[in-house]
Amino acid sequence: MQPSKTFADPFNMVVAGIGGQGNVLAARLLGMTLTHLGYHVSMGETYGASQRGGAVMSHVRASKAHLHGPLIPEGRAHVVVSLEPMETVRVLRQYGNPEVVCIVNDRPVRPTGLAGIGYPELSSLHDAIDALSRRAWYVNATDMAIKLGTQLVSNVIICGALVGTRTVPITEKDFEDTLQREMGGRRRLEVNLKAFRDGIAAVQEAAVR
Amino acid sequence: MSGIASYPAGSTQLLLGNQAIARGALEAGVQVASSYPGTPSTEIIETLAEVAKERNLYVEWSTNEMVAIEVATAASFAGLRAINPLKHEGMNVAMDFLAHLNLTGVKGGLVVVVCDDPQPWSSTSENDSRLIAKWLHVPLLEPATGQEALEMTKYAFELSEKIGNFVMLRSCTRISHGTSNVVVGELPTTQRTAKFEGTDAPHGRHAVILSMEPKIQAMLEETPFNQYQGPEHPELLIVASGTGRPYSVEAVEMLGLKDSVGILHLGTTWPMPKKVIEKHLPRTNRVLVVEEVDPYIESNLRDIATDIGWLAGERAVLGKRSGHLESVGELTPDRVIGALVSILDLEYQSTDKEYRQQAQAYAQKLVSDRNTVWCAGCPHRGSLWAVKQALKLDGRDGFATGDIGCYAMDRRSGYGSAKTGSVMGAGIGHASGFGRLGQFGFKQPVIALSGDSTFFHAVVPGLINAKHNKANITLLVMDNDATAMTGDQPHPGVSHDAMEQEAYPVSIEGICKGIGVPVQVFDPFDLDKTVPALLESVQTEGQEGPRVIIMKRPCVLLPDQRNKEHDYKVWIDQSQCLGESCGCGQYCVRVFKCPGLMWDRAAGKAKIDDASCYGCGLCAQICPVSAIKKEPIHAAV
Repeated sequence: MQPSKTFADPFNMVVAGIGGQGNVLAARLLGMTLTHLGYHVSMGETYGASQRGGAVMSHVRASKAHLHGPLIPEGRAHVVVSLEPMETVRVLRQYGNPEVVCIVNDRPVRPTGLAGIGYPELSSLHDAIDALSRRAWYVNATDMAIKLGTQLVSNVIICGALVGTRTVPITEKDFEDTLQREMGGRRRLEVNLKAFRDGIAAVQEAAVR
Repeated sequence: MSGIASYPAGSTQLLLGNQAIARGALEAGVQVASSYPGTPSTEIIETLAEVAKERNLYVEWSTNEMVAIEVATAASFAGLRAINPLKHEGMNVAMDFLAHLNLTGVKGGLVVVVCDDPQPWSSTSENDSRLIAKWLHVPLLEPATGQEALEMTKYAFELSEKIGNFVMLRSCTRISHGTSNVVVGELPTTQRTAKFEGTDAPHGRHAVILSMEPKIQAMLEETPFNQYQGPEHPELLIVASGTGRPYSVEAVEMLGLKDSVGILHLGTTWPMPKKVIEKHLPRTNRVLVVEEVDPYIESNLRDIATDIGWLAGERAVLGKRSGHLESVGELTPDRVIGALVSILDLEYQSTDKEYRQQAQAYAQKLVSDRNTVWCAGCPHRGSLWAVKQALKLDGRDGFATGDIGCYAMDRRSGYGSAKTGSVMGAGIGHASGFGRLGQFGFKQPVIALSGDSTFFHAVVPGLINAKHNKANITLLVMDNDATAMTGDQPHPGVSHDAMEQEAYPVSIEGICKGIGVPVQVFDPFDLDKTVPALLESVQTEGQEGPRVIIMKRPCVLLPDQRNKEHDYKVWIDQSQCLGESCGCGQYCVRVFKCPGLMWDRAAGKAKIDDASCYGCGLCAQICPVSAIKKEPIHAAV
């Protein structure tokens, strides 16, 4: 499978989530793949205290022309990859535009304390994401990861979903090659490859529906 | 070979800015590296520690930043190359020594990497450390990319040896924690032998370092780090340093200004490259300075522009002082775009107006803040809950003086007992002072907070002060076996060092006993014991001098804790849960605030979030009607 369309240059992706969900690693795997494909890649991370329930956002930028700065200018994201539904809306407020596409892990992570009690209905978040993007894909990566025996791979499932939507200049093989290079240990590699393929399948099922 | 040592010369890698700095140091032949953990500088030491054994380096997490720079300087005095990375607040700790080291000078190349944290993302203050270079008359380099971070680090070692003084490299969060493609160079194949042959005394050396400045300036003018790109006579000249360069390049591209706006990138910013500036200023009548935090280059540039007679009439230096760029918070591409739009009177919309309004409206309705919180199973939750309960039971408006560590979250998103919190060691110092205000009618109980790493870093002198001066206070030391907030680095109380080698664990309890302070040690999850002990300590009438209570339990993010099996199965008997009418309303979810507790909206009752719960069982002790149940998973617990 070769993505046939041309992609914007610089190509801007936001990977969002909550501290501890592995979005920094997901961004890194995507960045490594793009580096391997010959892009100039730059990435920036925005967080408070990333291990402790705060909102975490990584910017991944790829260009064939030259290296860009670590931050995407406002309104200039092409793809938002989000490990949490509410975080998708937080990112769209700043970086969204009518042409953006979203790949969303549909499992809410409620903020602790008072704010968590008032977490919105999932359907309201879907309405907002659908209205603010050209197209959005929803995948329950957390539940899929638990089925694979570890919540830790929900980030790689979402990467699979992303590649499956063909909205990035990365093929299945490109990303699998990165996993082969980066995931030490046979078991770790196997579960990550499985997670990646499950992510692709999930988004292709969603596309058929 | 592993980590940064495994990259072949000439290969392109995807590196964190801090890894690029570490690789640059390695290529320059660094042999000693020392620091105290501090975001965003921490990964420099971690990256070097990873390859310490195979590259025969000595890498140390020191007790504090001042000790760290003194350790690195010893290596330099003995002729070796050494690196000392710090965050801006750590730089303040190291300053006492650095403000003399500039006079003494160094022998082996010594590079002080200061990582500022504009905004600030992970700090209590937003400082601009560049003013220190000007104050101390030492060279200052500011990388704009990961590649430049590597190149400048290498050059900084050479420069340091040429001038016989330390060199400052200023990074900031977006450089240190930015990731980009970097082409790496060769690693050296030889090492130096350490031999000390004396140093110059600092007195009377002020004149010497002043006389060096023109020579250093001449050297820096020759480097490839100051570059102009743009038209011969631009309508506006941007002078940019650090992140200001990529942001300016992008803003100029996005606004289609390549033919009318030029960019002078300054990579060497003390002494200022006066000749470079003299050469490029006459290209234009207007200059915009783009830099992180203070208008440092802007002010220095105005001096030079005035000295050479350029700044007169319609000519202007714009930036933070003129209000075209914000003086507070970090630089962003959008801030640079905003400045250009305002100066050149352009039209620009980041996205169409209707979309933006709609996005704002959705976000306002649906997105709530996510306060940072202690992890599920965090021992601090037990310690600070006990502090809150003891002070409440005492009822005399008692408070805690906070310090720096994960427990600092108590002040803003925890239980609110901590009423102060600024720098490391201030908590015990404040408490020591409050503890002597009795003669002026002060009656509030005071509990000073400290972590274990903080205790070694800066609390010991304050505790000695409190003991010697008989301050009536309690010091609570939360010992979790790690410098947790920056990623669980080792400290002097644990039995391994930065290089994963065996180290001598210094006892906090032993130090307290040595000072002559009474000490008690508890498990922070044993509220039945900790609350009465804290209450008793704060209610000790007429007692002179401090008491110490140590709460001992490891950080749940330590590798052996992270993957361990839960102690308890925890669940909520919803038939007993009082629901919304409980206490002051949803006590466990709203007040106790553990990520493992959530609100079951359908049932109107609390519920355990099995995906987050760590199974520590602490919450089972706080439910007013004992609806939270726990059962040991192993009979032995």
